[in-house]
Amino acid sequence: MFDWKWDFTWEILPRLVQATGNTLLAALIGYVIAVVLGLILALAQRTPYSALTLIVREMVEFIRSTPLILQIFFVFYVGPQFGVRLSPWTSGMIAIGLHYACYLSEVYRGGIESVPKGQWEAATALNMTVAQKYRRVIIPQAIPPALAGMGNYLVGIFKDTPMLSVIGVAELIHTANAIGSENYRFLEPYTMVGIIFLAISLPAAGMIRLFEGYVRRKLGL
Amino acid sequence: MHDVSAFPLQIAGDPAPMVSFRKVTKSYGALTVLDELDLDVKAGEMVSIIGPSGSGKTTVLRMLMTLEEINGGVIYVDGQPLTHMQKNGTLVPASQKHLRNRRADIGMCFQHFNLFPHMTALENCMEGPVQVLGLPKKEARERSEELLEMVGMIGKKDQHPSRLSGGQQQRVAIARALAMRPKVMLFDEVTSALDPEVIGEVTNVIRKLVSEHNLTMLMVTHQMGFARDISDRICFFYGGKIEEQGPPAELFGNPKKERTQQFLSAVKEAV
Ligand SMILES: Nc1ncnc2c1ncn2[C@@H]1O[C@H](COP(=O)(O)OP(=O)(O)OP(=O)(O)O)[C@@H](O)[C@H]1O
Ligand SMILES: [Mg+2]
Repeated sequence: MFDWKWDFTWEILPRLVQATGNTLLAALIGYVIAVVLGLILALAQRTPYSALTLIVREMVEFIRSTPLILQIFFVFYVGPQFGVRLSPWTSGMIAIGLHYACYLSEVYRGGIESVPKGQWEAATALNMTVAQKYRRVIIPQAIPPALAGMGNYLVGIFKDTPMLSVIGVAELIHTANAIGSENYRFLEPYTMVGIIFLAISLPAAGMIRLFEGYVRRKLGL
Repeated sequence: MHDVSAFPLQIAGDPAPMVSFRKVTKSYGALTVLDELDLDVKAGEMVSIIGPSGSGKTTVLRMLMTLEEINGGVIYVDGQPLTHMQKNGTLVPASQKHLRNRRADIGMCFQHFNLFPHMTALENCMEGPVQVLGLPKKEARERSEELLEMVGMIGKKDQHPSRLSGGQQQRVAIARALAMRPKVMLFDEVTSALDPEVIGEVTNVIRKLVSEHNLTMLMVTHQMGFARDISDRICFFYGGKIEEQGPPAELFGNPKKERTQQFLSAVKEAV
């Protein structure tokens, strides 16, 4: 039943390694977008402008309740109908970045809300501006409780990158598919992809936990 | 917004009171917490506020620190309106910019210290001077170290609050507030969260402030003995108003109102 071919495995490995690079790059770019945009979405929900708060909250809810793959299709295939023609990479990064930004905004919101009211009041008593309060007092305290969630979504975004294969981004699954159909052999490429994902996800999760502890110590919390 | 047309644009007087509440009202929904409160505090005066729980003591300080908006009346600091500003010859509610300008005169210490946990004692003290006042780091550090020395915390200046006792944290919090060089200092039950044996280290700092500095101070406290010792005037609050006020010897020794007498005898029994 098992007829694993080692020479075939070695032969396809360079292509898979290259695709791993693309997968990591996609996850990284998507994550950076999500981390920054998520913070903006979280802060937008805390402005005194209730219309803005409402719109952002509804958008976050909407994106969180629809599948990522639909959003990827939307940006890539429906965009051109409105004159927005984007490459697979750009579409993918926008869709995945926005999707995870919505999840991260909730993580940030939780973190910000966990900072006691007295911290805001102490910052007001020191006559800080709103920007100074966030930058110097609130965000530094909101990050440690948010780190676990942020780490989970980093691994999550990495595991979701295969969805980009549907619009032709040459990440791991896309490459494995291509190798498979060229050679009529799927066992080795898919197995290798699984191993590669495992080999990256597991240590990453551990490292995130170490990092969390480091940040807490660093902030004296 | 409430009508403030009857209020003066500024308070004259020689000298003008450092703090002046004029018919200040604060309510939460149907609950009126401050009821047309009038209260003047002279420059350099130490006023203690006492009264039963829920009588509005903390609220007075919070309104003066502009932590919340008032619903009626006007608060003046150093003769100028704090909660309002002049526009076309009338008073209008203060803008954020106006608040930031006027708030610089006021500092506050809280019952639960509220130090920034991610900063050391020294960094807590330097934060306002550097970020808000724009002082060079070196100058802010010198100022902060001087104040930490004054409150007896210089030896722990590099510790984070989580490594300090309550009394130590409160002393750092006092230094942090003073580093902004306010004209008015507010103390809201700064010893209530402390173990009895460390209350003295905080009250001693406040004593020192009273004797060596010309700060105007408003202090909410449940420590009647301490208030009697160091205050120029005691205000007894009841139901969001000043029920009775006077020099400590008079108010404690010979209270005129029945509610004051009841409160003081109840407190005495509790001790
Ligand atoms: N944010 C708020 N929302 C609703 N009610 C409030 C709020 N803050 C204070 N109150 C109410 O206002 C009243 C006065 O509160 P305040 O904190 O000024 O009392 P206090 O005299 O300081 O009492 P204590 O001695 O217990 O500290 C209380 O009845 C309190 O429940
Ligand atoms: Mg109180």
